[in-house]
Amino acid sequence: MSVRQLNRLVPTPDHGRKSMTETNSTVKKLKGKFPSSVSGVETFRDEVNVIVQKKDILEICRFLHSDPDLQYHLLTDLCGVDLFPQTPRFEVVYLLCSMKNKERLRLKARVGEHESISSVESVWKVANWYEREAYDLLGISFENHPDLRRIMMWDGYEGHPLRKDFPVEGPDFDKPFVPEV
Amino acid sequence: MTINMGPQHPATHGVLRVVLELDGEVIVKAIPHPGHLHRGIEKLAESKTYHQAIPLTDRLDYTNAMGNNLAYVLAVEKLLGIEVPKRAQYLRVMMAELQRIAAHLIWLGTHALDIGAMTLIFYNFREREDILRIFEEVAGGRLTPTYLRIGGVSKDLPEGTEEKIKAFVQAFPDHVKEYETLLTKNIIWLKRTKGVGIISKEDAISWGVTGPTLRGSGVNYDVRKVFPYSSYEEFDFDIPIGSVGDVYDRYIVRLREMEWSNAIVEQALERLPKGPIIANDPRITLPPKDDVLQDIAALIRQFKIVSEGVQAPKGEVYASVEASKGELGFYLVGDGSSHPYRFRIRTPSFANLSALPKMIEGNLIADVISVIGSIDIVLGEIDR
Repeated sequence: MSVRQLNRLVPTPDHGRKSMTETNSTVKKLKGKFPSSVSGVETFRDEVNVIVQKKDILEICRFLHSDPDLQYHLLTDLCGVDLFPQTPRFEVVYLLCSMKNKERLRLKARVGEHESISSVESVWKVANWYEREAYDLLGISFENHPDLRRIMMWDGYEGHPLRKDFPVEGPDFDKPFVPEV
Repeated sequence: MTINMGPQHPATHGVLRVVLELDGEVIVKAIPHPGHLHRGIEKLAESKTYHQAIPLTDRLDYTNAMGNNLAYVLAVEKLLGIEVPKRAQYLRVMMAELQRIAAHLIWLGTHALDIGAMTLIFYNFREREDILRIFEEVAGGRLTPTYLRIGGVSKDLPEGTEEKIKAFVQAFPDHVKEYETLLTKNIIWLKRTKGVGIISKEDAISWGVTGPTLRGSGVNYDVRKVFPYSSYEEFDFDIPIGSVGDVYDRYIVRLREMEWSNAIVEQALERLPKGPIIANDPRITLPPKDDVLQDIAALIRQFKIVSEGVQAPKGEVYASVEASKGELGFYLVGDGSSHPYRFRIRTPSFANLSALPKMIEGNLIADVISVIGSIDIVLGEIDR
């Protein structure tokens, strides 16, 4: 077998695709409670992704957190993905963990470049810093966030480094930044 | 009064700046300002191939390089859908646990030093040196070993290393007792740590705290038990938890954790299976050097993998490990090319640090030092 043929043999991504989405009780509950908001469910490598409408994100998170059977008490991660040049441009990814059921769930919501999405800081405190990071590095804005400031870059920095149209070496790598003293 | 603690301060363990609003000696408000060590690792990794990103992960939490390697290669392996040979899994567990001991030794030494107990750091660095020597023999590097590869590990144990690990494992429990004689019942230590920096169960979970800091508050959550990886389900170990959630509980949890890590290394060494140390998948792993020198197809394969990288399928995965500070996870989005489309690192210290104001507000300014020490932050992984 030649190397080119070998390279084409990408592993099949249908790892238990059907069984997981049909039996997952969280997905069932979520679909029953928010039928209009859940716009898609995907499974890849035994991980469940639920795609939801951004207008309902806060309600959905509150429900997942407070439902006695689910108890998604830990927000493991929250981050943004830049899908440039698609529209809406960004995807906000919430990775939840239920310690009680030993389950993970990923929520995804699309947000446009000049839109904003509700902050989930009122559900999980840790979202405060995660949302600040997504705001800083990608420029996604969050409504009702108590303290939406940059966290990695300095105040007054222009641009959002994790965006796909931002060069890796930076736009000003040959012009060093000298603050006025 | 408002004072700046850091970014240049010996007890902030790196370049952390905390703005403290004081009323006398009591902290009214604390605002941490991370970001001074931001190197853009997530952005940088998006322009590298999957193999090239491994050395970047060493530099996140530089006291826990093996654990970082492990979290990253687990994510890539999940994305590619490949199996890792049993021997490699055991070697990974062994190295990750030795690294956890080394990381906890640094924490213990510096934490005690911050509070004023100087002796301990010399004891700790003595044992840590043994571990780093083992890493040097196995991988060639001490702080940044880059030992793991996608599909396995880079080298097998060289001759004589097993004996060295065995000797370390046998001697270590006595060393822990030595540390305990210096601190556990020391009246000054107790006064500086008991009832200081308390965080409740519910608060700790809400603030996303993981690792020994969470377990100190009495939550039994350890990724090794809840979502086992790399054959951890085959090892016999306990998860120590605290009750009050103060600095002292976190200290005890980490001490017990070192002992359990030592037990895991011992078990891995006893039951180390024979066999290959890296998966034999021509699309992903480099061919053995002997083949490269004799077989033209193997040479071409090596060239292709090194220059073009591995093509991962479209899809997204999250894989995490219990690193020394907490849950370290990698969220990778593959787009079918040889570069990750999105390379997100969920680092434990970032979330743990965000809970710092919760722990220190209302406490005395002198306690800030002991609380920062007890959550064991490393700025390399907070700022990335």
